[in-house]
Amino acid sequence: MARTAIPGRLTKRAGWWVARLVERREETATACTLVLEVPDWPGHLPGQHVDLRLTAEDGYQAARSYSVSAPADGERIEVTVQRVPDGEVSPYLIEGLSVGDQIEVRGPVGGYFIWRMTEPAPVLLVGGGSGIAPLMAMIRARRAAGSRVPFRLIYSVRSERDIYFADELRRRVRDDQGLDVAYVYTREVPESSPARAHRIAVADLNTHGWPPQLEPTNFVCGPTGFVEAVSDILVALGHEPRRVKTERFGPTGA
Amino acid sequence: MSPGFQGRRRAAEPNLPPGQYLTEDFPVLSAGPTPRVSLTDWEFVLSTETGAESRWSWDEMWALPTETPMVDIHCVTHWSKLGTNWRGVSIDTLLDGVDTAADYALVHSYGGYTTNLPLDDLRDGQAWIVHQYDGADLPAEHGGPARLLVPHLYFWKSAKWVRGIRLGLTDEPGFWETAGYHDYGDPWREQRYQGD
Repeated sequence: MARTAIPGRLTKRAGWWVARLVERREETATACTLVLEVPDWPGHLPGQHVDLRLTAEDGYQAARSYSVSAPADGERIEVTVQRVPDGEVSPYLIEGLSVGDQIEVRGPVGGYFIWRMTEPAPVLLVGGGSGIAPLMAMIRARRAAGSRVPFRLIYSVRSERDIYFADELRRRVRDDQGLDVAYVYTREVPESSPARAHRIAVADLNTHGWPPQLEPTNFVCGPTGFVEAVSDILVALGHEPRRVKTERFGPTGA
Repeated sequence: MSPGFQGRRRAAEPNLPPGQYLTEDFPVLSAGPTPRVSLTDWEFVLSTETGAESRWSWDEMWALPTETPMVDIHCVTHWSKLGTNWRGVSIDTLLDGVDTAADYALVHSYGGYTTNLPLDDLRDGQAWIVHQYDGADLPAEHGGPARLLVPHLYFWKSAKWVRGIRLGLTDEPGFWETAGYHDYGDPWREQRYQGD
């Protein structure tokens, strides 16, 4: 059973793997998770990403990088795709690709923005919008390994409707010991929430993060402006910059 | 292969390396928080394989002759941006008079980032230390106050927040190179990851 995760390195077998879509799950009105089966997949670490490649009939190809959103599970990998309006690849992944269709996959890639379950340090995950994807892989890997490493997630979304993995996050908070989740709503606050809609700020990170003295590992993933703001705050709060790992995306217009 | 996938139909773009798509804006990709470096503390150190050092303060660096390269840039994450405008000092200017037999350069940055290149790839008008983008000061998230610009290689080689270059007789992989990325990174040969 090939379940071995490669520690931050690509397999010697460079190049593209042919994968098949075996399942799709709607996450929000504009995002879905694709479950792909990749024969002989060597495994991956939570936080790594893959490149997906599409080929048109005339041979034209387009490739994009996506974080994996679930830990290694045999030959299955999951990516969670947000529909980019007017995008070239994501609309096809969400609407054009059917269960049973093939797609090419490359990876896993990236040896930095990863959580290793041998690390005892507490973990703060800060996600903005679809930036939750690699963080969810870490939360799920922690659960799968039965790890007791303390995890906190601060998740910034526009409204309750925009929460990815909403049901599962509720279950995880209930069932996984040592996992806390706090939400920051930027546009529309649920009636039950006392806070006003706001962009993530010092108070959110102070209240729901870890004190720097505990030397947590902070993983921040989201749009560029969000990651800039959060990582600046974490450093200002006294976190060692090396303990603030970031993954930024877009806007790239595609 | 992908039934019904059309892709974005556009005129053939001869300046676009394989596997790349054009973007109009300027994505930001870095592994950690943006370092903030004050110009009074900033310095650039070029050291050779014998340990000899040349140092430039911010004012000294920008008293040197500058050039205004207009170049295409290519990120390993598949975006390319054509015709970008920069201002900076050619590495040739910094190497002028430096006595070295080194074949390799290890570039290091404020914040701890490193990347490696053959020294020949920094010579002959191929690389600059730049402090302006599009006629304005280089924003911190794009590597300001100053970054390396080596447009003929994937953009992770163009180290942001550059602090110095160490010349050596042996190749020493940097941050992404030890994390599975290609040692050289030629976009035209799609040298993205180890083994390409």
